[in-house]
Amino acid sequence: MIRVEGLRKRYGSHDALRGVTLEFRTGAVTALVGPNASGKTTLIKSLLGLVRPDAGAIFVKDTPVDSGGDYRRAIGYMPQLARFPENLTVADVIALVASVRSGERSDAVRDDELIEAFHLVREMDRLVRTLSGGTRQKVSAAIAFLFSPEILILDEPTAGLDPLAAAILKDKIRSVRAEGRTVLITSHVSAELEGLADDVAFLCDGEIGFTGTFDSLLHQVGERRFEGAIASLFRSKGRVA
Amino acid sequence: MNVIRLIVSAGLRDLSRSRWLIGYALGFFVLAEGLFWFGGSGPQVVLSLLNIVLMVVPLVALVFGAIHVYASREFVELLLSQPVPRKPLFTGLWLGLALPLAGAFAIGAGLPFVFNGGGGAGFSALATLAAAGVVLSFIFSGIATWIAWTTDDRLRGVGLALGVWLAATVLYDGAILAATAAFGDYPLERPLLAAMILNPVDLARLVVLSQLDASALMGYTGALFNKALGTAGGAAMAGAALLAWCGVPYLMSARRFARRDF
Amino acid sequence: MTLALWFAMLIAAADLGRLPVDTIVVGPGGAVSAVTVALERAKPGDVVVVTAGTYREPTLVLRTPNVTLLGRGWPVLDGEGKRAVLVVEANDVTVRGFTVTGTGVSNLEDRAGIRARNASRCRIEGNRVYDNLWGIYLERSADCVVRDNDVRASGENQSSSGNGIHLYQSPRAVIEDNRIAGQRDGIYFEFSESGLTRRNVSEKNQRYGLHFMYSDSCLYENNTFSANAAGVAVMYSRGVTIATNRFEDAWGGGAYGLLLKEILGGEIRGNIFERNSTGIFLEGATRLQIRDNDFIQNGWAARVFADATDNHFAGNHFRANAFDVTTNSRSANSTFDGNWWDGYRGYDLNRDGVGDVPFHPVRLFALIVEQHPASLLLLRSPTVAVLDAAERVMPMLTPEALVDKRPLIKPLRKSVGNAGVARGAPR
Repeated sequence: MIRVEGLRKRYGSHDALRGVTLEFRTGAVTALVGPNASGKTTLIKSLLGLVRPDAGAIFVKDTPVDSGGDYRRAIGYMPQLARFPENLTVADVIALVASVRSGERSDAVRDDELIEAFHLVREMDRLVRTLSGGTRQKVSAAIAFLFSPEILILDEPTAGLDPLAAAILKDKIRSVRAEGRTVLITSHVSAELEGLADDVAFLCDGEIGFTGTFDSLLHQVGERRFEGAIASLFRSKGRVA
Repeated sequence: MNVIRLIVSAGLRDLSRSRWLIGYALGFFVLAEGLFWFGGSGPQVVLSLLNIVLMVVPLVALVFGAIHVYASREFVELLLSQPVPRKPLFTGLWLGLALPLAGAFAIGAGLPFVFNGGGGAGFSALATLAAAGVVLSFIFSGIATWIAWTTDDRLRGVGLALGVWLAATVLYDGAILAATAAFGDYPLERPLLAAMILNPVDLARLVVLSQLDASALMGYTGALFNKALGTAGGAAMAGAALLAWCGVPYLMSARRFARRDF
Repeated sequence: MTLALWFAMLIAAADLGRLPVDTIVVGPGGAVSAVTVALERAKPGDVVVVTAGTYREPTLVLRTPNVTLLGRGWPVLDGEGKRAVLVVEANDVTVRGFTVTGTGVSNLEDRAGIRARNASRCRIEGNRVYDNLWGIYLERSADCVVRDNDVRASGENQSSSGNGIHLYQSPRAVIEDNRIAGQRDGIYFEFSESGLTRRNVSEKNQRYGLHFMYSDSCLYENNTFSANAAGVAVMYSRGVTIATNRFEDAWGGGAYGLLLKEILGGEIRGNIFERNSTGIFLEGATRLQIRDNDFIQNGWAARVFADATDNHFAGNHFRANAFDVTTNSRSANSTFDGNWWDGYRGYDLNRDGVGDVPFHPVRLFALIVEQHPASLLLLRSPTVAVLDAAERVMPMLTPEALVDKRPLIKPLRKSVGNAGVARGAPR
């Protein structure tokens, strides 16, 4: 579904990505983990076409991402920070994204599963500037899933969500996986990824330290819990025996 | 084109509810109304407003514009992750900033003239002042956009915007004044006129002055000024230069926006 | 003046006693059909009545004193573009009710519509003097009255045009209620002292609305000088009074509302200077009282050169001028006291109506412009506003040359605008 080959990106004197090659399985949830400044965000932004890599190639559904923006129709993106124009209503924001996506003026969707589960319907006519951080995060999540994309890229999706909303979101992730869609997720809270991630990709200093299934990771590091396995990855900087 | 329209109308909807912009329009309204209140006639009110327009419009366009662009970065990233090309998105973003800014100014400063009977004899001067304010809004919001998309550090960006403002409104003319005093023995008309074209604030000022009696003052200082400012052709040329100025920051920042990493 | 009139009447009475007075009627198809004939026949005291019609005759010359020329139904005296039209060379002549036209242009002679030469106590009243090189020309003619004439020309440039009402060595003239437009100078006094000029409207002339030189002790009041190419210029005279006139719309390089050059002593009072490039210009003017004038929307309200000494400005209003006062030097010998300045930002703690902080009407920028005219291009730049503000905070920046130590807090009067001054008598 998504293939990354030899991806390199340099900011000034800092190498953000140095030759990253990996593949995200269709129908699987892949956890993208790694310490701060390991290149996770650069990799995600490269997938979205927000960052132009210096070398290497990315294929989404066998289409190279530098061949135009149309491939992004298959992607739903939830950025790390949920910020929207302060003086638009929730409905305005949702309608705008829908319109931009479809190329014509669209109304805000209201009968969506997540919008209902997050109780966003009653927030529709509120201005963004009056919303709490959690509510904004809910809006952001709802937008990512709204158009039933084949690929979901979720950057710290549960940060700022209350436990109930986080559980709803994780249920949603599981259900789209069951539909055979591809999910890419980053999180600082590794406990969250337990029972959610099928695959793990570990980035460190712009390089891939580990890539493989969750089970093979547990087996290799000899841990039973995901949290412990990730911790040992961090300690060994991804160099697994 | 459709993308542009969508983004522009969202920008208009967003900023028309902005308390800052409403305050900005209200400020101009109170100011212009007050000038009438204290017994000004049309042309005098235009002259009193001129300096305020030349100072405040670039300041607000630069600082408000830069802050606005910085605040919208994450949302722009979200929009860019949708299947849209960058160029029309950028055009929409710029217009969605420049149009509300220009509109707030035009409504705030213009309504008092409507209430007070158009200002009579000063109507063409007023229309020119309004147009100058609108064009300055476009130019300096374009410069703000360019600064914000080139400088990732917000604090530095806003500082830079303030620096541009100070340079364009005060320092530039100060340098010219100093140069005039220093090189007063040389023929200065031509270089001075050229220098005016390079600063949109000066251009706007001269275009407005050319519509007021004050343009005749230039008759004192030489035939070239008279021709450049006292004739319809000269004023039209200055107006055209001002319009061309709108394109400069737009093209620069559009190019930057199309190439940059987010 | 009264004495002169009385004297004129005395002479007229003496003439009456000597000869029978006739009325000669001139008209096409009548007993006398040529004005020339009538003028030859006229005896002192006679009245020549010219009825409607156009009279194309050689230059008409009247050499008999005390004759009255009366036009009935606007007879036209036409020079056909070839010659002066009417010349009076005798005392106590009256010319009234004629249309005088068509001197044509000449480079060799100063052709005038009506010329009085060595003709004291002439009265030129209620004539239409259209399209002549010179309009009404008084030459060595004392105690004349020029009243209620309409003097117009459509000359294209200064060199093909003469003055509207021209006085040369003609003292004690009364010039009143005339309307002059399109001439070179509207009214010109040369070596003609003690004149009275009032209620005239002189506008759109190619050079000055009013121009006088070497004409002492003249009084000018209630005139309107409007849109003249170079405004008004008065030079080389002493004891001049210029009161309650309007000087307006003298725009452009070298145009002055009122230019005073080498004027010694006099009064400039209660005038309105509006929309002139320079309102009042003092060059070598000495001991002038300039008071109670309104300076409105001029480029420079007052330019006072350093060689102007002992002039005193008081009670004037300065409103909406680009520059209030400028001078060509850091020192100046004229004083300002008790004027109202719209740019004054002082306070009045003891509430005596006089600001507690002196006002410096000469801004630094005005001085720079005076020395480097090209910097005028920065007029109304925010930089200049900042400079002005800085001068307020740091007075040492401001040229000390001219200062009003007692600036007024409130205007002394409502600015009169268009009211109060005659726009010329209705026709």
